[in-house]
Amino acid sequence: MIAEFANSWTAHDTWIITTGALAAVACSLLGCFLVLRKQSMMGDAISHAVLPGLAIAFIVTESRGSVVMFIGAAVVGVLTAVFTETVHRIGKVEQNASMGVVFTTLFALGLLLIENAAHHVDLDPGCVLYGALELVKLNSVSVLGMDIPQAALNCGAVTLLNALFVFVCFKELRIATFDPDLATTLGINAMALHYGLMTLVAVTVVACFEAVGSIMVIAMLVVPAATAQLWTKQLGTMLAVAVSLGCGCAVLGHLGAILLPRLVNQPATNTQGMMAVMSGVFLAVAVLLAPQQGIVSRIVRRITLSQRIAAEDILGMLYRLESPVTQGTIVTLPDMSSILRASGGVGSTGFRLALRKLTRDGKIVRAGAGCGLTDAGRAAAADIIRSHRLWEVYLSHHLGVPLHELHFAAEQLEHVTTPAMQQELANSATDSEARDPHGREIPKGR
Amino acid sequence: MNGAEVANSATRKGSEHPDAPLAIHDLTVAYHRRPVLWDVDLVLPKGKLIGIVGPNGAGKSTLIKAVLDLTPRASGRVQFYGKSYREQRHRVGYVPQRESVDWDFPVTVQDVVTMGRYRQIGWFRRVSKAHRQAAYTALERVGMADFADRQISQLSGGQQQRVFLARALAQEAEIYFMDEPFAGVDASTEKAIVTILQGLRASGSTVLVVHHDLQTVPQYFDHVVMLNMRVVAHGPTEEVFTEENLVKTYGGRLTLFDEAVRAVTQHRAKK
Repeated sequence: MIAEFANSWTAHDTWIITTGALAAVACSLLGCFLVLRKQSMMGDAISHAVLPGLAIAFIVTESRGSVVMFIGAAVVGVLTAVFTETVHRIGKVEQNASMGVVFTTLFALGLLLIENAAHHVDLDPGCVLYGALELVKLNSVSVLGMDIPQAALNCGAVTLLNALFVFVCFKELRIATFDPDLATTLGINAMALHYGLMTLVAVTVVACFEAVGSIMVIAMLVVPAATAQLWTKQLGTMLAVAVSLGCGCAVLGHLGAILLPRLVNQPATNTQGMMAVMSGVFLAVAVLLAPQQGIVSRIVRRITLSQRIAAEDILGMLYRLESPVTQGTIVTLPDMSSILRASGGVGSTGFRLALRKLTRDGKIVRAGAGCGLTDAGRAAAADIIRSHRLWEVYLSHHLGVPLHELHFAAEQLEHVTTPAMQQELANSATDSEARDPHGREIPKGR
Repeated sequence: MNGAEVANSATRKGSEHPDAPLAIHDLTVAYHRRPVLWDVDLVLPKGKLIGIVGPNGAGKSTLIKAVLDLTPRASGRVQFYGKSYREQRHRVGYVPQRESVDWDFPVTVQDVVTMGRYRQIGWFRRVSKAHRQAAYTALERVGMADFADRQISQLSGGQQQRVFLARALAQEAEIYFMDEPFAGVDASTEKAIVTILQGLRASGSTVLVVHHDLQTVPQYFDHVVMLNMRVVAHGPTEEVFTEENLVKTYGGRLTLFDEAVRAVTQHRAKK
């Protein structure tokens, strides 16, 4: 299948990927700022609202020349941002609602115009949704002796424009997005930057959606940026990651559109759709694996914590079972396991894993069918028991917790007690409290 | 028209208070035709810590925003050191309310504090080492140098406030506006902030602080502006922070009023 695939690869495929990647980069650069401003749906709004712009441009000039259409769409795109802001301010409507009102109204107006005034304009709804990336080669121009598709040139131009804007105004965009009020007091006009950004979004949306369709444009404005935000702690890295993800979506999207359907003996599917789907896959992976908030890292943290608690419980139990005279007592594993289980401790798998870790760390030694504390293990155990019994003293004397409830509460608290907290607890206990409320000795601190 | 009158009208056209860090005349601000601030007249002295107090909705934050051209003014004139805000921008520092920004923003503590230098750096220029160093020094002053490379989402409320303060210090201004710098901070941060404010005063800066805790007003501020849509009273704390003025400012809001009276009584008892 690989050989067959490699043979069927043409310059056409390369152009499809190049055009898709350029569109993805142009969108994801601006998308970062939209996502951070919590205006990620602005791309959606603008890409719908440009419809009356296209219609009016056609009615006025009677031509479907791309330059005229482009200007009409870009102007209405910017107006969308202006109207949204105006409705939000004057109508006291929430920003998102205001955006919704403006773009649906404009979109409906566009439909009416096309239906009644410009019915002979052949705007194909399918083309608007999916774009015409497969047909990218049909409309080519010759540049420096090379045959370059018009769509690639358009997407390349906005990519360059956006990259330049972000590079030159990086610091200004950052402060105007993070803290527009401070930016304004420092003489950086946050409002001007806002409209600059919106103009570029409008231009980008119009330039890209002829090639890749509105679904992919909207996806690329939101998803790579949202994914990148999960992984990064600096704006510069966020932009770089978003751009790389956008390119990744374009490449994997096209490969996926060709290869995935073959697995089930179907013809190749729509490339732009697959590119947008890929961005969703990236987001899902990021949600699973993100370093801080990711689902996997949360699960790992929880397992690590429960392992530590199990190990501490084992140490504490061994410590309680041996007395100064019988130091080095060997307790059999089944006994240990049943004692732990009786006190609401870990299950058998957790128990075995914790035992293995303690042995590896030199805290316990295995002897025959059982195990006992090493010196290092005894010191660690004494520390845990010290926290436990100090907590019992504190809970009993300061909070008046009844005697029979002390153990359970202290059992929870001992695992989260830092050395500083332990010291604090020791300071609050008087000298006469060298024993816990049950009369057992509190081990000395290290 | 004699000479004196000419001179008089000349000063009126220019400024009556060329030395005052801030002079406000007849300032009125309205939201949706409802006035929030009404006929505010205020001339602030130089080199003082000045508290603005008043009930919720009294227009404290609006006053700051209107003065800094962040909120449109219905009428009124504002002058900094005798000139317009545009001309004196470089002498003015601003600490917005902590909740006004998104603390999950992908930016490090160092980057946020460096923002205080953006006016000095200028449009489109890259941040030089000297400016980064100035920001780091500001972080050291608020005891946050160890956090320079952290993302801001990892900070506690008190630490966030210190970072905002460091950003204002990096601005190297002469008059500072701080919107509730003590809101939601722990006791040690509050103490640290007060020390920094006193340091600013010692170096001749004027600091205007929106403040909520009436108990600490006499302890922290030399001057106090008591605001409730209008300026009820302003002047040295000793003179104007009285029971009578508090009643006028807080009106029927009983719980706050009780608190205020307690504050005044305690203050009097200490003296």
